[in-house]
Amino acid sequence: MELLIVLLLVVLILGVGVSVVVTRRRAGMLEPPSILDETVAAEPLSILDEIVAVEPVETASEVETASEVEAESEVETESEVETVEKPRFRDRLSKARSAFSGSMGSIAGRSRIDEQTWDELEEALILADVGVGAAQDLLEHLRSRVKADGLTTGDELLDALKRELKERLAGFDRTLVYSPEAGPSVWLFVGVNGVGKTTTIGKLGAREQAEGHSVLMAAGDTFRAAAAEQLGMWAERSGALLVRGNEGGDPSAVIFDGVEAASARGIDLVLADTAGRLHTKVNLMDELRKVRRVADKGDGTVTEVLLVLDATTGQNGLIQARQFTEAVELTGVVLTKLDGSAKGGIVIAIHEQLGIPVKLVGLGEGIDDLVAFDPDEFVEALFS
Amino acid sequence: MFETLSDRFESVIGRLRSKGKLTEADVDDALREIRVALLEADVNITVVKNFIGRVRERALGEELSKALNPGQQIVKIVNDELTATLGGETIRITYNSKPPTVVLMAGLQGSGKTTNSAKLARWFKSQGRHPLLVGADLQRPAAVEQLRTLGRQIEVPVFSADTDPVQVAAAGIAEARKTGRDVVIVDTAGRLAIDAELMDEVRRISDAVNPNYTFLVIDAMTGQDAVTTAESFHAALELDGVILTKLDGDARGGAALSVKEVVGRPIAFTSTGEKLRDFDLFHPDRLAGRILGMGDMLTLIEKAEEVFEKDEAEAAAAKMFEGQFTFEDFLDQMQQLKKMGPLSGVLGMMPGIPKEVKNAQIDDREIDRVEAIIRSMTPAERIDPDLIDQSRRVRIANGSGSDPARVGELIKQFKEMSKMMKRMGGMGSKKISKSRRKATKGKSKGPGGRTTGGGRTAPNTKAPLRLPNLDPTSFGMPGTKPDLGLPGLPDLGSGGGFPPR
Repeated sequence: MELLIVLLLVVLILGVGVSVVVTRRRAGMLEPPSILDETVAAEPLSILDEIVAVEPVETASEVETASEVEAESEVETESEVETVEKPRFRDRLSKARSAFSGSMGSIAGRSRIDEQTWDELEEALILADVGVGAAQDLLEHLRSRVKADGLTTGDELLDALKRELKERLAGFDRTLVYSPEAGPSVWLFVGVNGVGKTTTIGKLGAREQAEGHSVLMAAGDTFRAAAAEQLGMWAERSGALLVRGNEGGDPSAVIFDGVEAASARGIDLVLADTAGRLHTKVNLMDELRKVRRVADKGDGTVTEVLLVLDATTGQNGLIQARQFTEAVELTGVVLTKLDGSAKGGIVIAIHEQLGIPVKLVGLGEGIDDLVAFDPDEFVEALFS
Repeated sequence: MFETLSDRFESVIGRLRSKGKLTEADVDDALREIRVALLEADVNITVVKNFIGRVRERALGEELSKALNPGQQIVKIVNDELTATLGGETIRITYNSKPPTVVLMAGLQGSGKTTNSAKLARWFKSQGRHPLLVGADLQRPAAVEQLRTLGRQIEVPVFSADTDPVQVAAAGIAEARKTGRDVVIVDTAGRLAIDAELMDEVRRISDAVNPNYTFLVIDAMTGQDAVTTAESFHAALELDGVILTKLDGDARGGAALSVKEVVGRPIAFTSTGEKLRDFDLFHPDRLAGRILGMGDMLTLIEKAEEVFEKDEAEAAAAKMFEGQFTFEDFLDQMQQLKKMGPLSGVLGMMPGIPKEVKNAQIDDREIDRVEAIIRSMTPAERIDPDLIDQSRRVRIANGSGSDPARVGELIKQFKEMSKMMKRMGGMGSKKISKSRRKATKGKSKGPGGRTTGGGRTAPNTKAPLRLPNLDPTSFGMPGTKPDLGLPGLPDLGSGGGFPPR
């Protein structure tokens, strides 16, 4: 209850502070009082109606059907997605590699390894958002390797670094888990604002449909304006079903509805969107815990909880991953926007410190620009 | 934000401060730690190198040897450089003599352009302007729909059409002229800096609308790439400033430090929460103080001014000192306080709050629980908590969904608090009356260097409260500035001072 003391203190200091400033201002120029926007605070809390009372099948009929499940034929053929997948990864990455490979390139040609080389290597890693701690740890291991193996040239050094990185990223299971025997599989997408959760679901839905799964998208982002519309457009494109609730409604209810609807229609995969939330907001993280709990309650089973992470994210990414996994036990990471100039080096620390593997990578805005993560390709492309 | 960075700085600086004499090794040790702290905060590595270089040069140069207190001097150098790096003055928006004033929003996907277009529109509205939002993001599904919804919330019209982004933007300006809107905010699609085609498109939008201000929207959580992005957008669009978003997380905001340094454009606005009003002008000079752990009292007070009724706040403080502060008053103040956003944010801006309190995970719903308990009391009980016996306690607990022990605890705490406040108030008036006695003798000044004005009717009972230093650029600890520091509030007495005890 020291909270109370804090509160009183705050009230007191502000009370005094405001009067000081106001008194002083009154003497001088008076600024126009800024108006408080009450409309925002008073956002209506609309409640999803009839969730509990209605039978699951009936709920499904209330659901907006973006298009029928049978519309699979509209989707691009799966073979295309498969074949272009691998080269695409490196292609897209190498386009943005200039900064990183620039400093690496100068190291590659060296005939000896001196302190400057080490400094430059550290700098290059930090520039890729690997982080000071992880970079120093990597280089420490590398130093002992250099000594033990008697490495002398820049090329050998870079090779050793690559090997070290690959080793660290290896050994994780990156498959997305289905469990068809336990009702619809639910994949929950979480993350901070603006990382690309909705877009990822859109792309993944198309991919999974193309691979022969039936997909339902649950618009659990009831906070951001027009988020459900956005997901609806993706559902339409990929031929998935959409379940949505009211804006400002309870996300758990929407997702529960989605799972029930999927179960009633024999759909095997539910992709559940959630509103972007900063991992520091206690109440929003609690809400997410509830979403996770409730999603498991019905006929479905949550088999994946994926953190969507923007590749431009810096060191905060590790903190995000830690907080989110504490709340909802992440099973993997989706690294988006890797087609830009950002390197996404923070995932190395996420692998190492939290043991959460990257499972998918977003490489563009197209519907088939979401590919499986391949650590060798990732590291190789990082240095090409 | 910036908490961790400021923690690190505080510890480094604390050590330096205490030293009478600094060796080169001392300085280098400190700088190494500052380097790591900055890098961990995602400050761009080139910026860090330059920053450290400048501080080192100044610290080891003449400045240090001449200084009486070298530790203090280093702190000053770091502060100077930090303030310089962050970008000097607050941006001043000037308006086109021939309306509309045009603002172009650009940035990567997901940085928050659409939301912040609306927030900016709300800000312009609060400045007495009549903004028009133009939705030129025709790429992301439902982006225009999102803008329209936000526009409805802030009662600002939204213009868009299903043509192409350049045409929509141009038509938006025409629409503003026609309907008499004096500010136009053009929201564009998110794009990668390396996407030549889309960068060309945004350049064409810019040519079409000829913006007075071009803002780059950057996510505070961005890593080293922030600089690359800012450079590319600056090359394409000639930025005027940056809008830094999602500052309400625990990102250390290194992007803020980097961008100004590299493109020479300041952070103009920051967005600090999910509500549309959580958005304001950025004050670079105040931020340095925050990073160095000295709080940002000015921003806090401005925020407070927006929501607190001045007279009420004053009256509440007065009552508190008199020991007449009731649950009813507390409830009123709580309502105001809640409007200021999450409590942790408010605390973060306060100097002199112990780190343990600052870092404690504060659950804002705790406030609601306290509120529920108070609301379950009868008016009589709120004024006189002594009325509350065991049976009333149970009733209150039932009414508020808590348990009697918690109700009891709350009441106990509240009473103790009141007593403490009263004592503080009492002490104050004693001290003041003493100094007044001195002052009437005509020899000595009141506490704080100003005369308290002899026989004024309203001696300042607030005097003993250590009001934090209101000048964030100064390095003193709270209370060293005579005009606003500890006993230095006497000019209040003339205004709405408190009655003598």
